[in-house]
Amino acid sequence: MPKEEKWELRLYIAGQTPNSVLALKNISKYCENHLKGKYIIEVVDLLKNPQLAEGDQIFAIPTLVRKVPVPLRKIIGDLSNEEKVLVGLNIRPVTL
Amino acid sequence: METLLKTPTGISGLDEITNGGFPKGRPVLICGSAGCGKTLFAAQFLVKGITEYNEPGVFMTFEESAKDLTQNFESLGFDFEKLQAEKKLRIDHVRIERSEIEETGEYDLEGIFIRLNYAIDSIGAKRVVLDTIESLFSGMENMILLRSEIRRLFTWLKDKGVTTVITGERGDNSLTRQGLEEYVSDCVILLDFRVIEQIATRRLRIVKYRGSTHGTNEYPFLIDENGISVLPVTSLKLDYKSPTEIISSGLPRLDKLFSTGGIYRASSTLITGNAGTSKTILAGHFAMSSCKRNEPTLFFSFEESPDQLVRNMATIGIDFEQAIKSKLLHIQASRPSLQGLELHLMVLHNLLDELKPRTVIIDPISSLITIGNTNEVRAMLVRLMDTLKKKQVNALFTSLTYDGQSEFNNSTIDTVSSLADTWIDLRNEALNNERVRSLRIVKSRGMGHSNNQHDFIISGKGFQFTSPNKK
Repeated sequence: MPKEEKWELRLYIAGQTPNSVLALKNISKYCENHLKGKYIIEVVDLLKNPQLAEGDQIFAIPTLVRKVPVPLRKIIGDLSNEEKVLVGLNIRPVTL
Repeated sequence: METLLKTPTGISGLDEITNGGFPKGRPVLICGSAGCGKTLFAAQFLVKGITEYNEPGVFMTFEESAKDLTQNFESLGFDFEKLQAEKKLRIDHVRIERSEIEETGEYDLEGIFIRLNYAIDSIGAKRVVLDTIESLFSGMENMILLRSEIRRLFTWLKDKGVTTVITGERGDNSLTRQGLEEYVSDCVILLDFRVIEQIATRRLRIVKYRGSTHGTNEYPFLIDENGISVLPVTSLKLDYKSPTEIISSGLPRLDKLFSTGGIYRASSTLITGNAGTSKTILAGHFAMSSCKRNEPTLFFSFEESPDQLVRNMATIGIDFEQAIKSKLLHIQASRPSLQGLELHLMVLHNLLDELKPRTVIIDPISSLITIGNTNEVRAMLVRLMDTLKKKQVNALFTSLTYDGQSEFNNSTIDTVSSLADTWIDLRNEALNNERVRSLRIVKSRGMGHSNNQHDFIISGKGFQFTSPNKK
């Protein structure tokens, strides 16, 4: 992984629901472990900013969107499966 | 008990068979196979809601983009861009790219709820379309969750008080592929598209409508430049008014054969006869009498072009040309086989609305039988006559009968004669080396009439009775 790479993640939630809280806790943990110092997590609460849902085509809550690096990736759910999240975000290649 | 409130659909004919429209504030499922007009149905519900009932609407599309939708409906005169600019319409395209989405752990579809809620509240929407929510099933893995969320969505829409149209693709053994009909219990409408004898027909059936009476038949519907129209466009009730005013048939001598000195306004007259018995000429006189009263007249010609009709009528002193110039007479000519039966009826309905004629002539009505089976033709004629009566239009139909066949087993006659108020039969019989034309009145409701045979000739002045005038 090139050093200068930056990870911009956006987590869409709708209020402090258990799934949303869990998702934020999970992604923060994974990022700390694997992307320390190279990531930003922006949390968007759609209850406060409903107009933002359309832009990123959000239909499920919670949804994690990887804005940078491109291409755009989305992971929906409470992000409880670390392996799946890391593969989905392409943070770690699949190890067999 | 609280009565069920209805939301008019703005789809002509549908409000009649549903007794007022869709259930207000509830979800309605519209299902059918691909290409049967579901999206158009939904779009028309929204657009008419805005333009005719001042109810803003939200179109949530899961398939086509807002741009595609806008383009597709432009030809139907639905100006999505203008309606959006006026904040009467909101289109939200929910695009789900399976390839860029992973699922892990628990989630819900609150995102859709939020988007819908935001769209509804931003314009004060009363109507919502979800087209077609089943697309979610191909984009997601967790079916159990999806189903419970869709159920929650429909309940939420109900609580929100919006009237929602949900479209669904026809499944093999169920109304929709994903069994959406289980969740929408209030009103389900099935659209069907099939080809019968090379003529494409679209049909609509109300599968269920909780808490409301509704028509249970399959109803034909049409898609033309005005969108969807469901037939019958009128309800079939015998409650029209019957004027007592007497009008002329166009021939003073013919008028005298009726005890009232003419026929009732808004009555229907049938003229039957073999080929060459001057049915069209009599119709021409009838048309002219209407024009003389300064009443707009609509002449449906299924056999002659307007030009030919004008030329031929001129030879017997019937000046159609002048009547057309003064905009009193409109001739609509088309081949009966050119269009399906329903489309003919639709053209007629549209012209009735546009020209508001006081007299309508159909020459000959028997041509229509060539394009449909007897039941269909009968149903159509009943609807047609009903419409004309309701609009207080004088109607005249000619019908061709054939030699060697009794007029009483001719199917058109069968169909029309019972509906007609006045029935005039024309003959042209060989007698002593010449052909003698004659006219008889078979029936005339609500008035006495001559029972004699009246001979006539066709001269440069048209119809001329030759036999002495007897009552």
